[in-house]
Amino acid sequence: MGQRQLDQDRIRIDRVSKHFTLRHTRAVKEIVVKGLQGRRKELSEQFTALRDVSLTVGEGEAIALLGRNGSGKSTLLKLISGVMGADEGSIAVRGNVAGLIDVGAGFHPDLTGRENIFLNGAILGMSEAKIHQEFDRIVAFSEIEEFIDTEVKFYSSGMFLRLAFAVAVHTDPDIFLVDEILAVGDEPFQHKCLDRIRELRDEGKCLVIVSHDLDMVSRFTDRGVVLDKGRMVHDGPIDEAVALLRRRAEG
Amino acid sequence: MVVSSGPRQTGGHGDRGASPSHPTAHLDKANITPMSDTAIFQAPGTGGGLLDVFHRRYLLRLLVHKELKARYHGSVLGMLWSYIKPAVQFGVFYFVIGVFFKMNNAVDSYAVYLFSGIIAMNFFSEAFGNATRSITGNWALVKKIYLPRELFPVASVFVSFTHFIPQVLVLLVGCLVTGWHPTVWQLLAGVGGFLVLAVFALGLGLIFGALNVVFRDFENVVDLILMVATWASPVIYTWTAVRDALGDGPLWWLYQCNPLTNVVEIFHWTFWYPTTDGRAPMPTQMPTFVAIAAGVSVVVLGIGQLVFRRFDGRFAQEL
Repeated sequence: MGQRQLDQDRIRIDRVSKHFTLRHTRAVKEIVVKGLQGRRKELSEQFTALRDVSLTVGEGEAIALLGRNGSGKSTLLKLISGVMGADEGSIAVRGNVAGLIDVGAGFHPDLTGRENIFLNGAILGMSEAKIHQEFDRIVAFSEIEEFIDTEVKFYSSGMFLRLAFAVAVHTDPDIFLVDEILAVGDEPFQHKCLDRIRELRDEGKCLVIVSHDLDMVSRFTDRGVVLDKGRMVHDGPIDEAVALLRRRAEG
Repeated sequence: MVVSSGPRQTGGHGDRGASPSHPTAHLDKANITPMSDTAIFQAPGTGGGLLDVFHRRYLLRLLVHKELKARYHGSVLGMLWSYIKPAVQFGVFYFVIGVFFKMNNAVDSYAVYLFSGIIAMNFFSEAFGNATRSITGNWALVKKIYLPRELFPVASVFVSFTHFIPQVLVLLVGCLVTGWHPTVWQLLAGVGGFLVLAVFALGLGLIFGALNVVFRDFENVVDLILMVATWASPVIYTWTAVRDALGDGPLWWLYQCNPLTNVVEIFHWTFWYPTTDGRAPMPTQMPTFVAIAAGVSVVVLGIGQLVFRRFDGRFAQEL
Protein backbone atom coordinates (compact mmCIF):
# COMPACT_ATOMS: atom_id res chain seq x y z
CA MET A 1 0.00 0.00 0.00
CA GLY A 2 0.98 3.59 0.31
CA GLN A 3 2.07 6.06 -2.27
CA ARG A 4 3.33 4.26 -5.31
CA GLN A 5 6.12 5.77 -7.26
CA LEU A 6 5.38 6.89 -10.75
CA ASP A 7 7.94 4.60 -12.31
CA GLN A 8 6.04 1.58 -11.05
CA ASP A 9 3.13 2.42 -13.27
CA ARG A 10 2.45 0.15 -16.18
CA ILE A 11 -0.50 1.85 -17.81
CA ARG A 12 -1.30 5.54 -17.79
CA ILE A 13 -4.53 6.67 -19.33
CA ASP A 14 -5.07 10.38 -19.27
CA ARG A 15 -8.43 11.92 -20.18
CA VAL A 16 -9.04 9.62 -23.08
CA SER A 17 -12.03 9.86 -25.37
CA LYS A 18 -12.88 7.70 -28.32
CA HIS A 19 -15.48 8.46 -30.97
CA PHE A 20 -16.68 6.31 -33.78
CA THR A 21 -18.14 7.60 -36.97
CA LEU A 22 -20.91 5.41 -38.22
CA ARG A 23 -21.16 6.04 -41.93
CA HIS A 24 -24.47 5.21 -43.45
CA THR A 25 -23.19 5.10 -46.96
CA ARG A 26 -20.06 5.36 -49.01
CA ALA A 27 -21.86 5.53 -52.30
CA VAL A 28 -20.78 8.56 -54.30
CA LYS A 29 -24.32 9.20 -55.54
CA GLU A 30 -25.76 9.60 -52.07
CA ILE A 31 -22.79 11.60 -50.82
CA VAL A 32 -23.17 14.04 -53.71
CA VAL A 33 -26.96 14.29 -53.42
CA LYS A 34 -26.92 14.84 -49.65
CA GLY A 35 -24.01 17.21 -50.04
CA LEU A 36 -25.93 19.34 -52.54
CA GLN A 37 -29.01 19.32 -50.35
CA GLY A 38 -26.94 20.56 -47.45
CA ARG A 39 -27.77 17.46 -45.47
CA ARG A 40 -24.28 16.12 -45.07
CA LYS A 41 -24.80 15.45 -41.40
CA GLU A 42 -27.27 12.73 -42.30
CA LEU A 43 -24.49 10.73 -43.91
CA SER A 44 -22.86 9.75 -40.69
CA GLU A 45 -23.39 9.64 -36.96
CA GLN A 46 -20.94 10.22 -34.19
CA PHE A 47 -20.90 7.75 -31.40
CA THR A 48 -18.78 8.26 -28.31
CA ALA A 49 -17.50 4.99 -26.89
CA LEU A 50 -15.30 6.52 -24.21
CA ARG A 51 -15.52 9.94 -22.67
CA ASP A 52 -12.77 11.52 -20.62
CA VAL A 53 -11.49 8.37 -18.94
CA SER A 54 -8.40 8.56 -16.76
CA LEU A 55 -6.81 5.56 -15.15
CA THR A 56 -3.43 4.47 -13.88
CA VAL A 57 -2.54 0.86 -13.32
CA GLY A 58 0.64 -0.18 -11.59
CA GLU A 59 2.95 -3.13 -11.66
CA GLY A 60 1.51 -6.19 -9.93
CA GLU A 61 -1.95 -4.73 -9.91
CA ALA A 62 -4.99 -6.65 -11.09
CA ILE A 63 -8.01 -4.60 -12.06
CA ALA A 64 -11.40 -5.45 -13.46
CA LEU A 65 -13.23 -3.36 -16.05
CA LEU A 66 -16.92 -3.72 -15.44
CA GLY A 67 -20.07 -2.40 -16.99
CA ARG A 68 -23.01 -3.24 -19.19
CA ASN A 69 -22.65 -4.21 -22.82
CA GLY A 70 -21.61 -1.20 -24.86
CA SER A 71 -20.17 0.67 -21.91
CA GLY A 72 -16.75 0.91 -23.55
CA LYS A 73 -14.81 -1.82 -21.76
CA SER A 74 -13.57 -3.59 -24.84
CA THR A 75 -12.82 -0.31 -26.56
CA LEU A 76 -10.62 0.63 -23.62
CA LEU A 77 -8.79 -2.68 -23.88
CA LYS A 78 -8.26 -2.09 -27.59
CA LEU A 79 -6.80 1.33 -26.87
CA ILE A 80 -4.43 -0.17 -24.31
CA SER A 81 -3.34 -2.91 -26.69
CA GLY A 82 -2.76 -0.36 -29.45
CA VAL A 83 -5.20 -1.84 -31.93
CA MET A 84 -6.91 1.54 -32.03
CA GLY A 85 -5.75 5.03 -31.25
CA ALA A 86 -7.48 7.44 -28.89
CA ASP A 87 -9.11 10.56 -30.34
CA GLU A 88 -8.41 12.73 -27.31
CA GLY A 89 -6.13 12.37 -24.34
CA SER A 90 -3.11 10.14 -24.11
CA ILE A 91 -2.34 6.56 -23.33
CA ALA A 92 1.06 5.26 -22.41
CA VAL A 93 2.13 1.79 -21.45
CA ARG A 94 5.44 0.51 -20.16
CA GLY A 95 6.52 -2.95 -21.26
CA ASN A 96 4.87 -5.27 -23.73
CA VAL A 97 1.19 -5.95 -23.88
CA ALA A 98 -0.53 -9.22 -24.75
CA GLY A 99 -3.42 -11.21 -23.50
CA LEU A 100 -6.54 -13.14 -24.02
CA ILE A 101 -8.36 -10.93 -26.45
CA ASP A 102 -9.79 -12.57 -29.52
CA VAL A 103 -7.52 -15.54 -29.08
CA GLY A 104 -7.02 -17.35 -32.30
CA ALA A 105 -7.26 -14.22 -34.44
CA GLY A 106 -3.82 -14.98 -35.80
CA PHE A 107 -4.55 -18.62 -36.55
CA HIS A 108 -4.69 -19.79 -40.11
CA PRO A 109 -6.88 -22.81 -40.89
CA ASP A 110 -4.56 -24.19 -43.56
CA LEU A 111 -1.56 -24.37 -41.24
CA THR A 112 -0.96 -27.19 -38.80
CA GLY A 113 -1.26 -26.75 -35.06
CA ARG A 114 2.53 -26.68 -34.82
CA GLU A 115 2.89 -23.98 -37.48
CA ASN A 116 0.12 -21.98 -35.87
CA ILE A 117 1.88 -22.06 -32.49
CA PHE A 118 4.93 -20.47 -34.07
CA LEU A 119 2.96 -17.98 -36.13
CA ASN A 120 0.72 -16.94 -33.27
CA GLY A 121 3.56 -16.85 -30.77
CA ALA A 122 5.45 -14.50 -33.06
CA ILE A 123 2.34 -12.39 -33.62
CA LEU A 124 1.96 -12.03 -29.86
CA GLY A 125 5.53 -10.82 -29.58
CA MET A 126 7.47 -13.95 -28.65
CA SER A 127 10.92 -14.46 -30.09
CA GLU A 128 11.84 -17.60 -32.00
CA ALA A 129 13.96 -18.87 -29.10
CA LYS A 130 11.17 -18.20 -26.63
CA ILE A 131 8.64 -20.15 -28.69
CA HIS A 132 10.99 -23.11 -28.98
CA GLN A 133 11.54 -22.94 -25.25
CA GLU A 134 7.82 -22.84 -24.43
CA PHE A 135 6.66 -25.15 -27.22
CA ASP A 136 6.27 -28.34 -25.16
CA ARG A 137 4.52 -26.49 -22.37
CA ILE A 138 2.08 -24.92 -24.84
CA VAL A 139 1.26 -28.28 -26.41
CA ALA A 140 0.85 -29.91 -23.01
CA PHE A 141 -1.41 -27.09 -21.85
CA SER A 142 -3.62 -27.41 -24.92
CA GLU A 143 -3.94 -31.20 -24.51
CA ILE A 144 -3.97 -31.79 -28.25
CA GLU A 145 -0.60 -33.53 -28.58
CA GLU A 146 -1.74 -36.11 -31.11
CA PHE A 147 -3.25 -33.51 -33.46
CA ILE A 148 -0.41 -31.04 -33.36
CA ASP A 149 0.61 -31.81 -36.95
CA THR A 150 -2.94 -31.74 -38.25
CA GLU A 151 -4.24 -28.68 -40.06
CA VAL A 152 -6.21 -26.49 -37.72
CA LYS A 153 -9.30 -26.47 -39.94
CA PHE A 154 -9.89 -30.09 -38.95
CA TYR A 155 -9.93 -29.19 -35.26
CA SER A 156 -13.13 -29.05 -33.27
CA SER A 157 -13.92 -25.58 -32.00
CA GLY A 158 -12.90 -26.67 -28.50
CA MET A 159 -9.52 -27.92 -29.68
CA PHE A 160 -8.97 -24.73 -31.63
CA LEU A 161 -9.69 -22.54 -28.62
CA ARG A 162 -7.55 -24.64 -26.31
CA LEU A 163 -4.58 -24.27 -28.61
CA ALA A 164 -5.19 -20.55 -29.05
CA PHE A 165 -5.44 -20.05 -25.29
CA ALA A 166 -2.38 -22.16 -24.66
CA VAL A 167 -0.29 -19.90 -26.89
CA ALA A 168 -1.74 -16.71 -25.45
CA VAL A 169 -1.14 -17.60 -21.80
CA HIS A 170 2.49 -18.47 -22.48
CA THR A 171 3.45 -15.16 -24.02
CA ASP A 172 4.78 -13.70 -20.76
CA PRO A 173 4.01 -10.02 -21.30
CA ASP A 174 4.32 -7.26 -18.73
CA ILE A 175 0.72 -6.26 -19.15
CA PHE A 176 -1.85 -8.97 -19.58
CA LEU A 177 -5.30 -8.11 -20.91
CA VAL A 178 -8.15 -10.56 -20.52
CA ASP A 179 -11.49 -10.25 -22.28
CA GLU A 180 -14.26 -12.66 -21.26
CA ILE A 181 -12.25 -15.76 -20.51
CA LEU A 182 -15.05 -17.87 -19.19
CA ALA A 183 -16.92 -17.86 -22.44
CA VAL A 184 -14.92 -20.79 -23.78
CA GLY A 185 -13.74 -24.30 -23.14
CA ASP A 186 -15.04 -27.00 -20.85
CA GLU A 187 -14.85 -26.53 -17.11
CA PRO A 188 -11.54 -28.28 -16.39
CA PHE A 189 -9.92 -26.23 -19.09
CA GLN A 190 -11.42 -23.01 -17.76
CA HIS A 191 -9.95 -23.84 -14.37
CA LYS A 192 -6.59 -24.38 -15.95
CA CYS A 193 -6.80 -20.99 -17.65
CA LEU A 194 -7.82 -19.29 -14.43
CA ASP A 195 -4.96 -20.97 -12.57
CA ARG A 196 -2.55 -19.74 -15.18
CA ILE A 197 -3.92 -16.21 -14.96
CA ARG A 198 -3.61 -16.36 -11.18
CA GLU A 199 -0.02 -17.45 -11.64
CA LEU A 200 0.64 -14.47 -13.89
CA ARG A 201 -0.90 -12.16 -11.33
CA ASP A 202 1.22 -13.64 -8.55
CA GLU A 203 4.31 -13.17 -10.69
CA GLY A 204 3.56 -9.47 -10.53
CA LYS A 205 2.14 -8.91 -13.99
CA CYS A 206 -0.20 -6.06 -14.51
CA LEU A 207 -3.60 -7.59 -15.20
CA VAL A 208 -6.65 -5.94 -16.77
CA ILE A 209 -9.72 -8.16 -16.89
CA VAL A 210 -12.99 -7.48 -18.66
CA SER A 211 -15.77 -9.77 -17.57
CA HIS A 212 -19.42 -9.99 -16.69
CA ASP A 213 -18.70 -12.74 -14.21
CA LEU A 214 -18.71 -10.70 -11.03
CA ASP A 215 -17.84 -13.63 -8.74
CA MET A 216 -14.80 -14.48 -10.79
CA VAL A 217 -13.50 -10.92 -10.93
CA SER A 218 -13.92 -10.41 -7.21
CA ARG A 219 -11.75 -13.46 -6.60
CA PHE A 220 -9.13 -12.30 -9.06
CA THR A 221 -8.84 -8.60 -8.65
CA ASP A 222 -8.72 -6.06 -5.89
CA ARG A 223 -9.77 -3.05 -7.82
CA GLY A 224 -12.79 -2.50 -9.98
CA VAL A 225 -13.43 0.16 -12.58
CA VAL A 226 -17.02 0.60 -13.65
CA LEU A 227 -17.87 2.15 -16.97
CA ASP A 228 -21.27 3.40 -17.95
CA LYS A 229 -21.92 4.62 -21.48
CA GLY A 230 -18.27 5.45 -21.90
CA ARG A 231 -17.84 7.32 -18.64
CA MET A 232 -16.00 6.04 -15.63
CA VAL A 233 -18.41 5.98 -12.72
CA HIS A 234 -16.36 4.08 -10.17
CA ASP A 235 -12.76 3.33 -9.47
CA GLY A 236 -12.11 1.65 -6.16
CA PRO A 237 -12.15 -1.63 -4.26
CA ILE A 238 -13.64 -4.46 -6.28
CA ASP A 239 -16.30 -5.22 -3.65
CA GLU A 240 -17.72 -1.73 -3.97
CA ALA A 241 -17.65 -1.95 -7.74
CA VAL A 242 -19.45 -5.27 -7.73
CA ALA A 243 -21.99 -3.99 -5.21
CA LEU A 244 -22.60 -0.93 -7.37
CA LEU A 245 -23.25 -3.06 -10.44
CA ARG A 246 -25.55 -5.43 -8.57
CA ARG A 247 -27.52 -2.46 -7.21
CA ARG A 248 -27.86 -1.06 -10.72
CA ALA A 249 -28.92 -4.40 -12.13
CA GLU A 250 -31.70 -4.60 -9.61
CA GLY A 251 -32.99 -1.22 -10.57
CA MET B 1 0.03 -13.72 -2.67
CA VAL B 2 -1.39 -10.77 -4.40
CA VAL B 3 0.80 -7.79 -4.68
CA SER B 4 -1.63 -5.00 -4.58
CA SER B 5 -1.49 -1.36 -4.04
CA GLY B 6 -5.17 -1.10 -3.48
CA PRO B 7 -7.50 1.44 -4.96
CA ARG B 8 -5.99 4.46 -6.45
CA GLN B 9 -7.32 7.85 -7.10
CA THR B 10 -7.62 8.60 -10.71
CA GLY B 11 -7.41 11.78 -12.57
CA GLY B 12 -5.05 13.54 -14.89
CA HIS B 13 -1.51 13.56 -13.79
CA GLY B 14 1.01 15.98 -15.05
CA ASP B 15 3.57 13.56 -16.31
CA ARG B 16 2.36 12.09 -19.53
CA GLY B 17 5.71 10.48 -19.88
CA ALA B 18 5.05 9.04 -23.29
CA SER B 19 8.23 8.75 -25.18
CA PRO B 20 7.11 9.21 -28.75
CA SER B 21 9.15 6.50 -30.28
CA HIS B 22 11.40 3.83 -29.08
CA PRO B 23 10.77 1.22 -31.68
CA THR B 24 12.64 -1.62 -30.06
CA ALA B 25 11.30 -1.26 -26.54
CA HIS B 26 8.86 -4.12 -26.83
CA LEU B 27 10.59 -6.02 -29.54
CA ASP B 28 13.99 -7.37 -28.80
CA LYS B 29 14.46 -10.66 -27.10
CA ALA B 30 15.72 -9.24 -23.85
CA ASN B 31 12.39 -7.58 -23.32
CA ILE B 32 10.33 -10.72 -23.69
CA THR B 33 11.46 -11.70 -20.21
CA PRO B 34 10.28 -9.47 -17.39
CA MET B 35 12.35 -6.37 -17.37
CA SER B 36 10.49 -4.03 -15.09
CA ASP B 37 12.72 -1.04 -15.01
CA THR B 38 14.35 -0.94 -18.40
CA ALA B 39 11.22 -0.35 -20.44
CA ILE B 40 10.00 3.15 -20.93
CA PHE B 41 6.54 4.54 -21.41
CA GLN B 42 5.28 4.73 -24.90
CA ALA B 43 1.95 5.14 -26.56
CA PRO B 44 0.60 1.75 -27.57
CA GLY B 45 0.17 1.23 -31.27
CA THR B 46 2.87 3.64 -32.27
CA GLY B 47 6.14 2.18 -33.31
CA GLY B 48 8.97 2.64 -35.69
CA GLY B 49 6.98 1.75 -38.80
CA LEU B 50 9.15 -0.10 -41.28
CA LEU B 51 11.92 -0.26 -38.69
CA ASP B 52 9.64 -2.44 -36.54
CA VAL B 53 9.25 -4.80 -39.47
CA PHE B 54 12.99 -5.23 -39.48
CA HIS B 55 12.99 -6.00 -35.77
CA ARG B 56 10.27 -8.56 -36.22
CA ARG B 57 11.71 -10.31 -39.23
CA TYR B 58 11.04 -13.70 -37.68
CA LEU B 59 7.34 -12.91 -37.72
CA LEU B 60 7.72 -11.55 -41.25
CA ARG B 61 9.20 -14.87 -42.33
CA LEU B 62 6.28 -16.77 -40.83
CA LEU B 63 3.77 -14.44 -42.48
CA VAL B 64 5.37 -14.97 -45.87
CA HIS B 65 5.32 -18.71 -45.29
CA LYS B 66 1.67 -18.54 -44.27
CA GLU B 67 0.79 -16.53 -47.35
CA LEU B 68 2.50 -18.98 -49.69
CA LYS B 69 1.04 -22.00 -48.00
CA ALA B 70 -2.45 -20.52 -48.02
CA ARG B 71 -2.18 -19.53 -51.66
CA TYR B 72 -1.18 -22.95 -52.94
CA HIS B 73 -3.28 -24.88 -50.54
CA GLY B 74 -5.32 -27.54 -52.25
CA SER B 75 -3.65 -26.81 -55.55
CA VAL B 76 -2.09 -29.78 -57.35
CA LEU B 77 0.44 -27.77 -59.28
CA GLY B 78 1.30 -25.41 -56.41
CA MET B 79 4.31 -23.21 -57.08
CA LEU B 80 4.38 -24.51 -60.67
CA TRP B 81 1.73 -21.91 -61.37
CA SER B 82 4.34 -19.24 -60.98
CA TYR B 83 6.05 -20.78 -64.02
CA ILE B 84 2.93 -21.49 -66.02
CA LYS B 85 1.35 -18.05 -65.86
CA PRO B 86 4.36 -16.07 -67.08
CA ALA B 87 5.01 -18.74 -69.71
CA VAL B 88 1.54 -18.33 -71.18
CA GLN B 89 1.74 -14.55 -70.95
CA PHE B 90 5.09 -14.66 -72.70
CA GLY B 91 3.72 -16.96 -75.41
CA VAL B 92 0.86 -14.61 -76.15
CA PHE B 93 3.03 -11.51 -76.41
CA TYR B 94 5.69 -13.34 -78.37
CA PHE B 95 3.36 -14.57 -81.06
CA VAL B 96 1.20 -11.50 -81.32
CA ILE B 97 3.86 -8.82 -81.10
CA GLY B 98 6.98 -10.73 -82.07
CA VAL B 99 5.68 -12.88 -84.90
CA PHE B 100 2.50 -11.23 -86.15
CA PHE B 101 3.70 -7.66 -85.72
CA LYS B 102 7.22 -8.67 -86.76
CA MET B 103 9.07 -7.23 -83.76
CA ASN B 104 11.31 -10.29 -84.08
CA ASN B 105 12.87 -8.78 -87.15
CA ALA B 106 13.34 -5.36 -85.58
CA VAL B 107 14.93 -6.48 -82.32
CA ASP B 108 17.71 -9.04 -81.86
CA SER B 109 16.68 -11.98 -79.63
CA TYR B 110 13.31 -10.35 -79.08
CA ALA B 111 12.15 -13.22 -76.84
CA VAL B 112 14.76 -12.34 -74.24
CA TYR B 113 14.04 -8.64 -74.65
CA LEU B 114 10.36 -9.22 -74.08
CA PHE B 115 10.70 -11.58 -71.16
CA SER B 116 13.17 -9.44 -69.21
CA GLY B 117 10.60 -6.63 -69.30
CA ILE B 118 7.73 -8.95 -68.47
CA ILE B 119 9.33 -10.30 -65.30
CA ALA B 120 9.91 -6.76 -64.03
CA MET B 121 6.26 -5.89 -64.65
CA ASN B 122 5.03 -9.15 -63.16
CA PHE B 123 6.93 -8.60 -59.97
CA PHE B 124 5.76 -5.02 -59.75
CA SER B 125 2.12 -5.87 -60.46
CA GLU B 126 1.99 -8.67 -57.95
CA ALA B 127 3.85 -6.80 -55.21
CA PHE B 128 1.90 -3.56 -55.64
CA GLY B 129 -1.47 -5.26 -56.16
CA ASN B 130 -1.15 -7.61 -53.21
CA ALA B 131 0.32 -4.98 -50.91
CA THR B 132 -2.72 -2.83 -51.71
CA ARG B 133 -5.00 -5.67 -50.59
CA SER B 134 -2.82 -6.80 -47.71
CA ILE B 135 -4.42 -4.74 -44.94
CA THR B 136 -7.99 -5.48 -45.93
CA GLY B 137 -7.03 -9.11 -46.55
CA ASN B 138 -5.63 -9.51 -43.05
CA TRP B 139 -8.54 -7.70 -41.42
CA ALA B 140 -8.94 -10.35 -38.72
CA LEU B 141 -5.47 -9.67 -37.42
CA VAL B 142 -5.49 -5.93 -37.97
CA LYS B 143 -8.75 -5.56 -36.09
CA LYS B 144 -7.83 -7.65 -33.10
CA ILE B 145 -4.14 -7.67 -32.35
CA TYR B 146 -1.71 -4.83 -32.58
CA LEU B 147 1.19 -5.52 -34.90
CA PRO B 148 3.31 -3.15 -36.91
CA ARG B 149 0.88 -3.20 -39.85
CA GLU B 150 3.65 -2.46 -42.29
CA LEU B 151 4.40 -6.16 -41.94
CA PHE B 152 1.57 -7.04 -44.30
CA PRO B 153 2.60 -4.97 -47.35
CA VAL B 154 6.22 -5.96 -46.78
CA ALA B 155 5.21 -9.63 -46.63
CA SER B 156 3.35 -9.18 -49.93
CA VAL B 157 6.51 -7.89 -51.55
CA PHE B 158 8.48 -10.88 -50.26
CA VAL B 159 5.83 -13.30 -51.50
CA SER B 160 6.07 -11.68 -54.92
CA PHE B 161 9.82 -12.09 -54.72
CA THR B 162 9.44 -15.85 -54.33
CA HIS B 163 7.45 -15.83 -57.57
CA PHE B 164 9.98 -13.58 -59.23
CA ILE B 165 12.87 -16.01 -58.70
CA PRO B 166 11.51 -18.85 -60.89
CA GLN B 167 10.89 -16.35 -63.66
CA VAL B 168 14.46 -15.10 -63.45
CA LEU B 169 15.66 -18.70 -63.69
CA VAL B 170 13.62 -19.27 -66.83
CA LEU B 171 14.92 -16.03 -68.26
CA LEU B 172 18.51 -17.04 -67.48
CA VAL B 173 18.03 -20.26 -69.40
CA GLY B 174 16.81 -18.20 -72.34
CA CYS B 175 19.78 -15.87 -71.98
CA LEU B 176 22.31 -18.70 -71.91
CA VAL B 177 20.77 -20.29 -74.99
CA THR B 178 21.14 -17.02 -76.89
CA GLY B 179 24.77 -16.54 -75.87
CA TRP B 180 24.66 -14.35 -72.76
CA HIS B 181 27.97 -12.79 -71.69
CA PRO B 182 27.25 -10.16 -69.06
CA THR B 183 29.80 -8.03 -67.28
CA VAL B 184 29.87 -7.75 -63.50
CA TRP B 185 28.44 -4.24 -63.85
CA GLN B 186 25.49 -5.48 -65.80
CA LEU B 187 24.77 -8.08 -63.12
CA LEU B 188 25.06 -5.51 -60.35
CA ALA B 189 22.80 -3.18 -62.29
CA GLY B 190 20.19 -5.93 -62.44
CA VAL B 191 20.27 -6.37 -58.67
CA GLY B 192 20.11 -2.61 -58.16
CA GLY B 193 17.24 -2.33 -60.61
CA PHE B 194 15.33 -4.97 -58.72
CA LEU B 195 15.85 -3.11 -55.44
CA VAL B 196 14.55 0.12 -56.96
CA LEU B 197 11.52 -1.78 -58.22
CA ALA B 198 10.88 -3.40 -54.84
CA VAL B 199 11.16 -0.06 -53.01
CA PHE B 200 8.83 1.60 -55.52
CA ALA B 201 6.25 -1.21 -55.27
CA LEU B 202 6.38 -1.19 -51.47
CA GLY B 203 6.02 2.59 -51.32
CA LEU B 204 2.98 2.56 -53.59
CA GLY B 205 1.65 -0.50 -51.77
CA LEU B 206 1.81 1.33 -48.45
CA ILE B 207 -0.03 4.34 -49.85
CA PHE B 208 -2.79 2.41 -51.60
CA GLY B 209 -2.97 -0.31 -48.95
CA ALA B 210 -3.80 2.36 -46.38
CA LEU B 211 -6.26 4.21 -48.64
CA ASN B 212 -7.95 0.96 -49.57
CA VAL B 213 -8.97 0.43 -45.96
CA VAL B 214 -11.07 3.58 -46.07
CA PHE B 215 -12.33 3.31 -49.64
CA ARG B 216 -12.22 -0.04 -51.37
CA ASP B 217 -12.32 1.83 -54.67
CA PHE B 218 -8.58 2.05 -54.52
CA GLU B 219 -8.24 -1.63 -55.40
CA ASN B 220 -9.73 -0.78 -58.75
CA VAL B 221 -7.60 2.31 -59.12
CA VAL B 222 -4.55 0.11 -58.62
CA ASP B 223 -5.78 -2.37 -61.21
CA LEU B 224 -6.09 0.52 -63.64
CA ILE B 225 -2.62 1.78 -62.83
CA LEU B 226 -1.21 -1.68 -63.38
CA MET B 227 -3.01 -2.07 -66.68
CA VAL B 228 -1.53 1.18 -67.96
CA ALA B 229 1.90 0.49 -66.45
CA THR B 230 2.58 -2.53 -68.65
CA TRP B 231 2.18 -0.38 -71.74
CA ALA B 232 3.79 2.76 -70.38
CA SER B 233 7.20 1.14 -70.24
CA PRO B 234 9.28 -0.32 -73.06
CA VAL B 235 8.32 -3.92 -72.39
CA ILE B 236 7.05 -4.96 -75.81
CA TYR B 237 8.38 -2.04 -77.84
CA THR B 238 11.73 -0.25 -77.74
CA TRP B 239 12.54 3.08 -76.16
CA THR B 240 13.60 4.50 -79.54
CA ALA B 241 9.98 4.28 -80.70
CA VAL B 242 8.94 6.50 -77.79
CA ARG B 243 11.68 9.04 -78.41
CA ASP B 244 10.82 9.17 -82.09
CA ALA B 245 7.22 9.93 -81.16
CA LEU B 246 7.82 12.29 -78.23
CA GLY B 247 11.06 13.95 -79.24
CA ASP B 248 13.57 14.57 -76.48
CA GLY B 249 11.70 17.35 -74.75
CA PRO B 250 9.85 17.39 -71.43
CA LEU B 251 7.52 14.55 -72.42
CA TRP B 252 10.50 12.30 -73.01
CA TRP B 253 11.88 13.25 -69.60
CA LEU B 254 8.56 12.57 -68.00
CA TYR B 255 8.49 9.17 -69.66
CA GLN B 256 11.98 8.44 -68.39
CA CYS B 257 11.30 9.55 -64.83
CA ASN B 258 9.00 6.60 -64.34
CA PRO B 259 10.99 4.14 -62.22
CA LEU B 260 9.32 1.26 -64.06
CA THR B 261 10.67 2.44 -67.39
CA ASN B 262 14.15 2.63 -65.97
CA VAL B 263 14.03 -0.73 -64.28
CA VAL B 264 12.81 -2.32 -67.50
CA GLU B 265 15.72 -0.64 -69.31
CA ILE B 266 18.12 -1.82 -66.64
CA PHE B 267 16.83 -5.37 -66.99
CA HIS B 268 17.30 -5.10 -70.74
CA TRP B 269 20.86 -4.04 -70.11
CA THR B 270 21.44 -6.94 -67.72
CA PHE B 271 19.71 -9.78 -69.53
CA TRP B 272 19.10 -8.85 -73.12
CA TYR B 273 21.91 -6.54 -74.20
CA PRO B 274 24.68 -9.10 -73.46
CA THR B 275 22.95 -11.56 -75.79
CA THR B 276 23.04 -9.16 -78.75
CA ASP B 277 25.88 -8.03 -80.95
CA GLY B 278 25.96 -4.80 -78.94
CA ARG B 279 24.80 -2.55 -81.76
CA ALA B 280 21.41 -1.87 -80.21
CA PRO B 281 21.34 1.66 -78.79
CA MET B 282 20.71 2.11 -75.07
CA PRO B 283 19.09 5.36 -73.97
CA THR B 284 21.56 8.19 -73.64
CA GLN B 285 21.81 9.74 -70.17
CA MET B 286 20.92 6.35 -68.67
CA PRO B 287 22.83 7.04 -65.40
CA THR B 288 20.86 10.27 -64.88
CA PHE B 289 17.55 8.54 -65.44
CA VAL B 290 18.48 5.66 -63.17
CA ALA B 291 19.47 8.11 -60.43
CA ILE B 292 16.12 9.87 -60.84
CA ALA B 293 14.30 6.54 -60.72
CA ALA B 294 16.07 5.53 -57.54
CA GLY B 295 15.31 8.94 -56.03
CA VAL B 296 11.65 8.76 -57.02
CA SER B 297 11.36 5.27 -55.49
CA VAL B 298 12.87 6.33 -52.20
CA VAL B 299 10.66 9.42 -52.04
CA VAL B 300 7.58 7.30 -52.80
CA LEU B 301 8.57 4.91 -50.02
CA GLY B 302 8.94 7.85 -47.63
CA ILE B 303 5.53 9.21 -48.61
CA GLY B 304 4.12 5.70 -48.32
CA GLN B 305 5.37 5.39 -44.78
CA LEU B 306 3.91 8.77 -43.83
CA VAL B 307 0.51 8.08 -45.38
CA PHE B 308 0.45 4.64 -43.80
CA ARG B 309 1.27 6.04 -40.36
CA ARG B 310 -1.44 8.62 -40.76
CA PHE B 311 -4.14 6.06 -41.43
CA ASP B 312 -2.75 3.33 -39.18
CA GLY B 313 -4.76 4.35 -36.10
CA ARG B 314 -7.99 4.11 -38.08
CA PHE B 315 -7.49 0.68 -39.58
CA ALA B 316 -9.11 -1.28 -36.76
CA GLN B 317 -12.30 0.75 -36.80
CA GLU B 318 -12.65 1.12 -40.57
CA LEU B 319 -12.40 -2.57 -41.34
